[in-house]
Amino acid sequence: MIWVNAIVEGLLLGGLYALFACGLSLLFGVVGVINLAHGDLAVLGAYVAVAILPSTNTNALWALLFLPVIFAAFGYVSQRTVLQRSLDSGPLTTLLVTFGLSVVIQNALLEGFSADSHSLSVGSLTTSALHVNSTISISYLRLGILVVAIVVLAVVQLFLARTSTGRQIRAVADDGEAAAISGVNTRHVTGIAASIAFATVAVAGLAYGMYSQFTPTSGSSLLLFAFEAVIIGGLGSLWGTLAGGCVIGLAQTIGAQIDPTLGILMGHLVFLAILVVRPNGLIPARANA
Amino acid sequence: MTSAPVAAAAPSRPTRRIRRSTRVSRWAVLPALVVLVILALLPYILGQGSTSALVNFYILLILGVTWNMLAGYAGLVSVGQQAYIGIGAYAVLFLAQHGWEPFVALPVAAIFCAIAAIPISLIVFRLRGGYFAIATWTVAQVLALLTVRDAALGGGTGTNLPGLDGFDPTVLGAYTYWAALVVAIIALVGCYLLLRSRVGLALTAVRDDDVAARSVGVRVPRAKRAVYLAAAVGAGGAGGLIAISQINVQAGNVYGVQWSAYMIFIVLIGGIGTLEGPILGAIVFFTLQQTLASHGAWYLIIVGSIAVLMALFMQRGLWGLADRFGVRLFPVGYRVSGAPSTPAKDG
Repeated sequence: MIWVNAIVEGLLLGGLYALFACGLSLLFGVVGVINLAHGDLAVLGAYVAVAILPSTNTNALWALLFLPVIFAAFGYVSQRTVLQRSLDSGPLTTLLVTFGLSVVIQNALLEGFSADSHSLSVGSLTTSALHVNSTISISYLRLGILVVAIVVLAVVQLFLARTSTGRQIRAVADDGEAAAISGVNTRHVTGIAASIAFATVAVAGLAYGMYSQFTPTSGSSLLLFAFEAVIIGGLGSLWGTLAGGCVIGLAQTIGAQIDPTLGILMGHLVFLAILVVRPNGLIPARANA
Repeated sequence: MTSAPVAAAAPSRPTRRIRRSTRVSRWAVLPALVVLVILALLPYILGQGSTSALVNFYILLILGVTWNMLAGYAGLVSVGQQAYIGIGAYAVLFLAQHGWEPFVALPVAAIFCAIAAIPISLIVFRLRGGYFAIATWTVAQVLALLTVRDAALGGGTGTNLPGLDGFDPTVLGAYTYWAALVVAIIALVGCYLLLRSRVGLALTAVRDDDVAARSVGVRVPRAKRAVYLAAAVGAGGAGGLIAISQINVQAGNVYGVQWSAYMIFIVLIGGIGTLEGPILGAIVFFTLQQTLASHGAWYLIIVGSIAVLMALFMQRGLWGLADRFGVRLFPVGYRVSGAPSTPAKDG
């Protein structure tokens, strides 16, 4: 029965990772930026919530109302300034710039909030759980995060598929020049795509802050998990990302069930094994940077 | 640096020759040797505090030069070179635990990194661009997590490097300094020779025009793998030096991603894609590190911001300023001389 519990936990954890991976996948697929500061941005979001919420006991769910909006604006501005400028200088530059920003964000958070761990309070939601039977219980908070992940993925998918702006975003992703000739304001459209990606990063950061404790350096491992989810799921498919997130989540919880120190290692090993076994399906066409 | 002209162009034309060296690079040989002799004599002049700081400088120099070869010439942006720093440090530790002299173990550890890089390259070379970067980082994490599972290697808390107790502290400091200097020189000369060889020519061709290079039969993957293995040797040597100079090996330190940050900042500040750039970058980075060290996290905030601004607004780094005047200390390309009003084009 503990194994069933590990599997349930793994799937729920997969929801969190998929939420992280969504913004990463969107930013790369549409804007062409591999954002090495992605995890640190999420952690930054959690710290912004810590700073803005009136007290540590305030329910952090309130932050869901405003933080994604702040981050969407932040994303649009970043895209139109730093990211666009680095894209113009070549694909390697975006990697170096986002990696540099990642180091700057981590150390700025260290300076501002110290290395102590923080957490976001969600009141009674932290402890309440759905008891299926005597051994299996599902935390409402973790279930809620999985549901939010599915909702966010569905909304992004629908937005890209059905709306006029979504069509423009896909057109720019396919062929920016051709889209520009047809009258699409490509810079504005990629800015919107970046603002959506950043908004999902804010949601992911808040979810992570409610899920566990975080420190200024938590972002690096989150970036790795999100990337593994994106690559396992295959690029361009947001639902594949959810599947990839669940594979990583399952590998980690099952690994931790075998030996508590084995969890994260198992996740990485499963990722590398998939890379070895199924390389062809995993190399996306637009990744030849 | 003093190579003869490799070929003379059509004999009827007025003296048009292809040179691999420049006037500056030929004249720089003598001062370079003088600097080298002075650097080698420093342990007799300076105190131990200064030489051990300089060991850290040489480590930064090795990392910067080899990472630049990887990213600036082969286009392989690795965020996981700390994998080889870790392997190098732990290989020295392992050999020392089995009775080897650490200074003898150092070259063996560096070579071992090249062997370890072969299977790793088979995995990470399946990915391109940013995905390659993340995959190398993941491999470094996996190696760190595997290493801390071995209690004999000190687990997560690290362990002291045996085999150095017999040395007088001053002698040990001098030996460590000379070892670092030798590894740094080997790294510099090795990078220079590798980039001047067919491998370097192939990579320059790929960097300038991928499709054209492939169509004339340049074997791109082989050249990239050669550079990746060479960079692994460099990082491994740096890792071994870290183990010896700190007399302690700890997984969180040697496998830490901060090393990648240092390498990237050094290359961005100095200038990517030239051999001189990372040398200049290492000097600037080391100076910033020494002056800002007392300000805690501010040091990486400031250095990181400078590097990001350089990447955005001054692509060719500080060396790009010198390069504007055609100054080359380590020319790896071919240049035509004697051709009037034709600006020398360098690789």
